[in-house]
Amino acid sequence: MNLAVNNQSLVFALGLVMIALAIGWHEKLSIDRDMIIGVIRAVIQLFVVGYLLKYVFRLNSGWLTAVLILIIIFNAGYNAKQRSDGIPRALPISIGAILISTGVTLGVLMLAGAIKFIPAQMIPISGMIASNSMVAIGLCYRNLNAQFKQERQAVLEKLALGADLKDASREIVRDSIKTGMQPTIDSAKTVGIVSLPGMMSGLIFAGVDPVRAIKYQIMVTFMLMSATSIGSVLACYWAYRGFYNERKQLTI
Amino acid sequence: MSLITLRNVGYQVDQTSILTDINLAVDAREWVTIAGPSGSGKSTLVRIVASLLSKTSGELIFDGQPIESYDPIIYRRRVSYSFQQPTLFGNTVRDNLAFPYEIRQLAFDEQRAVTGLEYVGLTESDLHKAVNDLSGGQRQRVALLRNVMIYPEVLILDEVTAGLDAENKAFVWSMIQHFNQDDGLTIIAITHDQEEIDAAKRLITIENGRLVGGNV
Repeated sequence: MNLAVNNQSLVFALGLVMIALAIGWHEKLSIDRDMIIGVIRAVIQLFVVGYLLKYVFRLNSGWLTAVLILIIIFNAGYNAKQRSDGIPRALPISIGAILISTGVTLGVLMLAGAIKFIPAQMIPISGMIASNSMVAIGLCYRNLNAQFKQERQAVLEKLALGADLKDASREIVRDSIKTGMQPTIDSAKTVGIVSLPGMMSGLIFAGVDPVRAIKYQIMVTFMLMSATSIGSVLACYWAYRGFYNERKQLTI
Repeated sequence: MSLITLRNVGYQVDQTSILTDINLAVDAREWVTIAGPSGSGKSTLVRIVASLLSKTSGELIFDGQPIESYDPIIYRRRVSYSFQQPTLFGNTVRDNLAFPYEIRQLAFDEQRAVTGLEYVGLTESDLHKAVNDLSGGQRQRVALLRNVMIYPEVLILDEVTAGLDAENKAFVWSMIQHFNQDDGLTIIAITHDQEEIDAAKRLITIENGRLVGGNV
């Protein structure tokens, strides 16, 4: 290990936040309050989580690991729901989609022998999968809302011709799934040439051989593709019906 | 027995009445023209009949059964609604004419589409024409054709000739006449056009959400 981040260097690094604050203040972006809250929250949350993980890793309990994964999934689902802007049943849909996308992805990784059911592997990987799934689902919701508004007339015309809800919404659902998956696909295309992503950078930073580090990154790329695609497909297909009432009429 | 019967139909949004006590009976093969000022509730009324909106009071009987007893999708295949400024789907004319078949999981009847296109003054080659290359009048004709590729029993027309030039208007008008007289479709048409109002076989007028005149 050749890491040299200590409390003192963190305090100096706080100067970087000051740069962001100064830009926000100078450009009158009115985001200084949000930024300060964000920084304080990040520091507190990370410290709490650091000590919590240390305790959980030492305890090495399967049950506790499972409970923590469920908590991660619930939080991710709750956050995705916040972006739903009134889509009915967004909380159970988000939790269900993240649960399944995380479950399937973790299951495949475990069956492939890439990870083991130990807290030090399961918890960070679950967090990565669930958070990417959460972002993808949030994007899906935003796109569903925007597209149903924008394409309202076309949807009405399809309904008027006797299309069922799936046929009337097909283009919008497809477009929303694509929107949810796009950031993951884009970052997969540029991984290594534009950015050295989190896990790989962390490993290299901590002194791991880059050739070993990329193998982990390849695994991460694959698992995020799976997580965001499963999460987007499920969330979109479960959510689009919320734009119609029981008489199959568009309610937006 | 009438094909469509409305009894005391009302429609309210947040305590505001859009339609009040509408009573109307439309027979099969009839052609009813609905007139009235903008905002009088004409479109709301026909959208209720098309099952795109649900009435908030009264009864709507279609073919002897309350509208609620029908699956809305099946109902809308029998009572088809055509919009004032139609949106064409996909990329080509074919995408639009094939849509009614796709949603019924039927094979596209290309011969019927070509016959239809020729009937509305377009050609076989227009089947593959990009929808963006169509003029306003052509768009309206393709949209109407889309509504009747598989015949409904009732065709509801919401100002489909508005904004068209005289030639296109006459063309669309003759299409509707053909659907009604030769093919026996029941027509309910909203219009602002004085010529169409004068030529109406049965005219009803709506003002402030109430039927106020005409042959109710």
